Amino acid sequence: MIQVEFLGPIGHSDMQVEASSLEQLSTILKQNPIIAPWLDKSAVAINDEMVFRVDTLLKDGDRVSILPPVCGG
Amino acid sequence: MEIYEGSLDVKMIFGKWLDEQSHSNYGAFIPFVGTIRDEDDIDGLSFDIYEPILQKWFDGWVAKAKTQGAIVKMAHSRGDVAIHTSSYISAVFSPKRRIALELIDEFVEDFKANAPIWKYDLKNGKRIYAQERSTPMIGSGLLG
Repeated sequence: MIQVEFLGPIGHSDMQVEASSLEQLSTILKQNPIIAPWLDKSAVAINDEMVFRVDTLLKDGDRVSILPPVCGG
Repeated sequence: MEIYEGSLDVKMIFGKWLDEQSHSNYGAFIPFVGTIRDEDDIDGLSFDIYEPILQKWFDGWVAKAKTQGAIVKMAHSRGDVAIHTSSYISAVFSPKRRIALELIDEFVEDFKANAPIWKYDLKNGKRIYAQERSTPMIGSGLLG
């Protein structure tokens, strides 16, 4: 089981998901009508490290963060 | 890196940074102050911050500056910030001015594009995500 958190304006509570890779997680999240529109413009971190490959594997207990477009300052 | 609730006390923070470096022998100190303008009928801005990744992003800049003999500083607000006050300040100290001038430009631009901070307009009692002014971070779209 992994935990997925949705940062900033996405406005969705954390989810517990069974997924062994980001590809699998993508398939699951695309089924959620609130989350799906954010996916093509959001970055991803696993355990607070940014990741850049969709074939990245997930392990039990990982925490995945979804980071929508930013605007500091 | 410093996070404050609400508006920044710019003079206090710059004063503290200058005091900290008063004997460090840096020849240049280049500050940047971001002030919230009165526009589009907003009462102010509001910010969410994801601090663990912001800290890593900032640590990367500390390391980059160090290779040039410089240091970077930043402070940012969390929560609501009124117009005509500041939500973001940063600064570079370096031995000579050219490095500091170049670093502050790169640092502030990268901050706008990749620091995990989300901005909202405060308008008519509502908190509205500033979607059109926001930028997808490097690597976005991985799950899309």
